[in-house]
Amino acid sequence: MKNLFALLLLAPLVVLASEAGYRLDRSPHDSRDLVSLQSGARTYMNYCLGCHGMQFMRYEGLKEIGLTEAQIRDNLMFTADKVGEPMRIAFPPKEAKAWFGVAPPDLSVVARSRGADWLYTYLRTFYRDAKTPTGWNNVVFPNVGMPHALWPLQGQRGLEIVSHKEGGHATVQYKWSELSKGTQTAAEYDATVRDLVNFLVYVGEPSGVYRRPIGIVVLFVLGLLFVFAYLLKKEYWKDVK
Amino acid sequence: MVARLWQWFDSRMPTVGAEWRKHAAEYYAPKNFNFWYFFGSLALLVLVIQIVSGIFLTMNYKPDANLAFGSVEYIMRDVPGGWIIRYIHSTGASAFFIVVYLHMFRALLYGSHKEPRELVWIFGVLIYLTLMGEAFFGYLLPWGQMSYWGAQVIVNLFGTVPFIGPDLALWIRGDYVVSDATLNRFFALHVIAFPLVLLGLVVAHLLALHDVGSNNPDGVDIKKVKGPDGHALDGIPFHPYYTVKDLVGSVVFLALFCFVMFFVPEMGGYFLENNNFIPADPLKTPQHIAPVWYFTPFYSILRAVPPLFHSQFPGVLAMGVATLILFFLPWLDRSPVKSIRYRGTLYKAWLAVFVIVFLVLGYLGTEPTTVWGQFGFDAFFLDTKDVATWVARVGTVIYFLFFFLMPWYTARDKVLPVPERVVYH
Amino acid sequence: MNDNEKPDKTRRNLVVATSAVGAAVGLGAAVPFVASMWPSERARAAGAPVEVDLSRIAPGELAVIEWRGKPVWVIRRTPEMLASLKAAEARLSDPRSKASEQPKYAENEYRSAKPDVMVMEGVCTHLGCSPQLKGADAKGEMGGDWVGGFYCPCHGSKFDLAGRVFRGAPAPTNLKVPPYTFVSDSKLVIGEDEKTKGV
Repeated sequence: MKNLFALLLLAPLVVLASEAGYRLDRSPHDSRDLVSLQSGARTYMNYCLGCHGMQFMRYEGLKEIGLTEAQIRDNLMFTADKVGEPMRIAFPPKEAKAWFGVAPPDLSVVARSRGADWLYTYLRTFYRDAKTPTGWNNVVFPNVGMPHALWPLQGQRGLEIVSHKEGGHATVQYKWSELSKGTQTAAEYDATVRDLVNFLVYVGEPSGVYRRPIGIVVLFVLGLLFVFAYLLKKEYWKDVK
Repeated sequence: MVARLWQWFDSRMPTVGAEWRKHAAEYYAPKNFNFWYFFGSLALLVLVIQIVSGIFLTMNYKPDANLAFGSVEYIMRDVPGGWIIRYIHSTGASAFFIVVYLHMFRALLYGSHKEPRELVWIFGVLIYLTLMGEAFFGYLLPWGQMSYWGAQVIVNLFGTVPFIGPDLALWIRGDYVVSDATLNRFFALHVIAFPLVLLGLVVAHLLALHDVGSNNPDGVDIKKVKGPDGHALDGIPFHPYYTVKDLVGSVVFLALFCFVMFFVPEMGGYFLENNNFIPADPLKTPQHIAPVWYFTPFYSILRAVPPLFHSQFPGVLAMGVATLILFFLPWLDRSPVKSIRYRGTLYKAWLAVFVIVFLVLGYLGTEPTTVWGQFGFDAFFLDTKDVATWVARVGTVIYFLFFFLMPWYTARDKVLPVPERVVYH
Repeated sequence: MNDNEKPDKTRRNLVVATSAVGAAVGLGAAVPFVASMWPSERARAAGAPVEVDLSRIAPGELAVIEWRGKPVWVIRRTPEMLASLKAAEARLSDPRSKASEQPKYAENEYRSAKPDVMVMEGVCTHLGCSPQLKGADAKGEMGGDWVGGFYCPCHGSKFDLAGRVFRGAPAPTNLKVPPYTFVSDSKLVIGEDEKTKGV
């Protein structure tokens, strides 16, 4: 038995796969930071909701991130007239398809399909590219149909991709250049994107906020049950010799 | 008061009391059950969890291609407590397979498949196969990209069967592609047909077990040595001894279960796949499709077999044989002893290699075939240069050799003498 | 105990303690399942209060508003309509609405917060059909003493213009009045008042 376990442990487990393409940055989002979530919601309503709906998310849900009904109604609700309504787009999908080639996807669960790191990197790596129909391109999503919606904040950037070949190993270098300034500094822009990603992660799984606290209580109660069940077992098994 | 009520009931319906005595209070189980013997009762627990959570999901789920994806998100957001129920069910699906795989491994360790428990084993394999079907049908229901393309690929496997294949696949789908019709019938099979079959098989599995009695880590027949009261000396009543013991096991299991549910419900993409949060799109295949982890050892075998005569069927056949061969295990195993404790090194070594191969195949099945890179040289026999594919091929061969050579190595193995009674403490 | 042994005290205590904590765990586990059967957020959103602009309803005209899937009637009652309430009083079975359901502020002869604005659930208290408005000019159909009100086509119940049931009708009580609030002189919110906000 024992040596069987040893063998299992020694089994060649995981050989790390070499990741192709751009290395994703780690998203510094924090689901407990309400100020960040609210700022993310504001950015979303102003820059994203024009094209990207969140059909599974109700405006009412924004109460969970510390906003009052009046704040939602007055500052954020551009596409509906009741707080119970989902966040739909003002833009008909058919027209959008004609504009961008594809209908802009609904973003209710985008953080669950793409992951926070991807979103955080994606929103920060747009660059000017004359070869695409929109004039924009992206490093982690090459030839993306979406133009850089946040460019007034970040400014416009250019990119030169240089690849070296050294003994079979190809290394790629990304050289960024600034074409025009945005209204935010690089650090401010990173914070804006962090807040936006934070909001997208929240919307992807609104229950995520209370999942962990409930889990702690559940595990604690099960721990208590374990103590009694274990003592009970010990007690009964005194008979077994 | 309670005693009188029970007397009243018992005199009118003695069957209940009699069955309770037969299967619990007076079912004598060997007293030396160890860790590996928790998984039978745990499998039963997971079955109950899945049925209850499934019933409640059905109350809000819509088996309609236009509504299914949204109804799952509706459950996750709008239904009070819905996210807990959904995570219970999704975690339960994976937990079911973990428990069942460990339960099956226990049989291989202690020879629980051997005479006189062949029927117990056969019902068990039937349960396992039904469970695979149940999981496959259930996985289509969220109607995400992985649901859709997973179903598409697996149904197409049936399409490779010579002569009847294409019609068979068409009949299973009820359409030219996986569609609303497929979703609707998979829903029916998942919530009614397969659970019913599963319940029936579980009853058969337990009845067959209780007729011949449980095996134990020593593999000795406890009924051979009986005390003056006619009960096996090495046996103890299942109730209360194993009910309290299994209670402890269940609590530990539930704690692990809840940990996954509340802290890592996606389990890094293994329990809930990222791409399944994209609604099914019949026009766009995701970059990398892999089945859920519990199917991946067999998926690896499927991919490892190269197409022969321009047909994928050999791979499908290999995958089918890999599961169906389990039925023959009681007769392939020719060892005179049951438990690994008294078996020789040959069986131990084969079992260890088999487990490793099973895990490696399982891992490879979740990854693209390029995961381990490519060979840097050319050889005339290399139809593919992917290292992982070749590892999977070697693994597949070993998987089958474990079974095909079993009559030989189990008969040849040097076994130790088996004691008369169980070894305890 | 099948071994004829008296269960000793520790054993008993442990059984009780384990069962108690086990029962608590069981109850806890039942919470999400029981909760899931209450109205969902979508149902709540659909049942949210509805705003009505009174200036867009002509006096004497019946406006039907949907609230929680039920028809709610709003009428700006004319002086004649208000007068008809007095005329009908003698023939009603519950003119003071003692046995009927309405918010406190509508527990009066007009069954409304403001005499000239009627807000009423258009659901017959008999078996749930929706009655029809029959004006005072429908005497030919409703009988010579008809002063205007509602008539349920299912089983013939008659109500006056305050939803009060006439004697001899199968409906047991007056029509229900939903909770409502005036947010301004001409704006009304159905489904919301001091009491529902408190909850």
